Amino acid sequence: MVVTAPIPPCLRQPPSPPPREDLELLLLIRHFELTLLRLFEAGELSGTTHTCLGQEYIPVALSPLLHDDDFVLSNHRGHGHFLARYTEPHGLLAEIMGREGALCAGVGGSQHVYHRRFLSTGVQGESLPVAVGVALKLTETGALTCAYVGDGTWGEGAVYEALNMARLWKVPLLVVVENNGIAQSTPTSAQMAGSIAARAAAFDIPHHRVTSTEVGEIRAELAPLLGVVRGESRPLVVEFVTHRIGPHSKGDDTRTPEEIALAAAHDWYARYARDFPEHFAALDLAARERVERIAAEVAARPPSVWERP
Amino acid sequence: MTRVSEHLNRALHDLMEADPRVHLLGEDISDPYGGAFKVTKGLSTRFGRRVRSTPLSEGAIAGIGAGLALAGDRAIVEIMFADFAALAFDQLVNFAAKSTAMYGRKVPVPLVVRCPSGGNRGYGPTHSQSPQKHFIGVPGLSLFEMTPFHDAGELFALMFALEQPCLFFEDKVLYTRRRYEDGVVDDLFRYELTDGVARVFVDGVTEPDCTLIVHGGMTHRALDAMRALLMEEDVACELLVPARLYPLPTLPGLDRARHVCVVEDGSEGGTWGAEVARVLHPRLWSTLRRPISLISAADSVIPAAPHLEREILVQSGRIRHAVAEVLS
Repeated sequence: MVVTAPIPPCLRQPPSPPPREDLELLLLIRHFELTLLRLFEAGELSGTTHTCLGQEYIPVALSPLLHDDDFVLSNHRGHGHFLARYTEPHGLLAEIMGREGALCAGVGGSQHVYHRRFLSTGVQGESLPVAVGVALKLTETGALTCAYVGDGTWGEGAVYEALNMARLWKVPLLVVVENNGIAQSTPTSAQMAGSIAARAAAFDIPHHRVTSTEVGEIRAELAPLLGVVRGESRPLVVEFVTHRIGPHSKGDDTRTPEEIALAAAHDWYARYARDFPEHFAALDLAARERVERIAAEVAARPPSVWERP
Repeated sequence: MTRVSEHLNRALHDLMEADPRVHLLGEDISDPYGGAFKVTKGLSTRFGRRVRSTPLSEGAIAGIGAGLALAGDRAIVEIMFADFAALAFDQLVNFAAKSTAMYGRKVPVPLVVRCPSGGNRGYGPTHSQSPQKHFIGVPGLSLFEMTPFHDAGELFALMFALEQPCLFFEDKVLYTRRRYEDGVVDDLFRYELTDGVARVFVDGVTEPDCTLIVHGGMTHRALDAMRALLMEEDVACELLVPARLYPLPTLPGLDRARHVCVVEDGSEGGTWGAEVARVLHPRLWSTLRRPISLISAADSVIPAAPHLEREILVQSGRIRHAVAEVLS
């Protein structure tokens, strides 16, 4: 087990805004998700969706740490994972809206996207065995497989079958746990005995806990650990302590106002808006307008066409 | 003489030798054990890390096989007893099968899941089933079964060429039987392979009284029934044994069938036979003289004690009496 204490506040760099491209990506994802909720309210989207509001910094932090030949597996809450991997918002929105130019012809929708070296699927825990299979193929190539899961995912037996073989067979697998403290409506404390760290330890898999929400800090923490995953071909569990500030899907948040306020207090968006108002406001407006243009353009497209195999 | 298990073992050796992309995963498949039914003997010694004995994790090994397939390789996963395929249902149905289509384009998933199936060996309720029916009608998932007529190497090639997950059932009693070769079953019966379907017939009989359709593991019980019907009741039967169970291929020779009977080891209700009848009834409606007969195992768990098990699973006597009765 790797134990890394968070950097004490007294040693932190004086507050400075994140690099422009990071903030642009964070804001793109934020406004993409907000736009989805708005489109749902307007009755312009069908089905369901799960937004990553508040958690955008995780895939953004990981983005430059992942290489072109790495393979990313994602889950039901995967829009941010995708946009940080491949910044193709038109294709993703077209997929969600069932419009021309959709990444998967509108068949997969929000939860089932396979594009280049990114694949998401909607059943909890299902992706980890698949990730071990892909990682077996990548062993000793220097590439890794990155699989995003949530805290709720750890209720699934498939997780443990996969971790067992990942360690036994020493595959380059990075498991990113977005522990937002709530599985749909069930607090983690009511659905998980013990801890993710102890579960990883049971398989002799290193575990690293990230509490920072600053992409620069997170990268500095994780870069050497990912180097070990690649260089020594071994699995790693990175657990992000994070907060979902929006609902599980849409309008289904059963948390108290106090709990929601507590989650919102961790939001990078409000923090940057407060700490770097001028720098932030211009980029925020630009991202908002960009996503509005994308949404208008995609909504005007004809329906997607699926040629059934 | 080659036993079916030896033939399968040789086919796996040939396949792994010819194609370095092929991986084999399963419980206790490595040497010196070589698998619960010895079908994988010698493979780990010869092919090293491409053959992996796994933990008891049917669901995950099916998923790992799918992951290898997605990443450009090919995987064969052995489920020690077909009953345990239930543990891999999510990976097979919700991931491997769906992945071939749910991303809006054809995604190749060359994955073969080998499932030793069937009873008559006294293994009891959880090690004796023929669970084919639970996997029928899943988009993107094909079902095959080993027969004593087909070449296993050709079947593996065919399944991989489909580029979609395939369940491959191998009857445990069939493992111990010899393969038929050169068109000869025995002194009475001949066979030919037409479009992947084995047709067994009595030489000179062009208009059989009944056509039996069975899966590979039922072959010998069907042949025993056919012999008795011919010798003792003067009823001539033809037998069709498709290696592909789902989707059902075109079955030869049925246009002149006077009666069709589907026989299987799965338990009654929601059966493979019902699927065969669904496909055949519209096609044969104008020529059939009576509804297609379905013979399956009883609606029951499969007991361990041999005298009890025998009563539940389909035996040759039951086929014989059912055919004689319907034709009388």
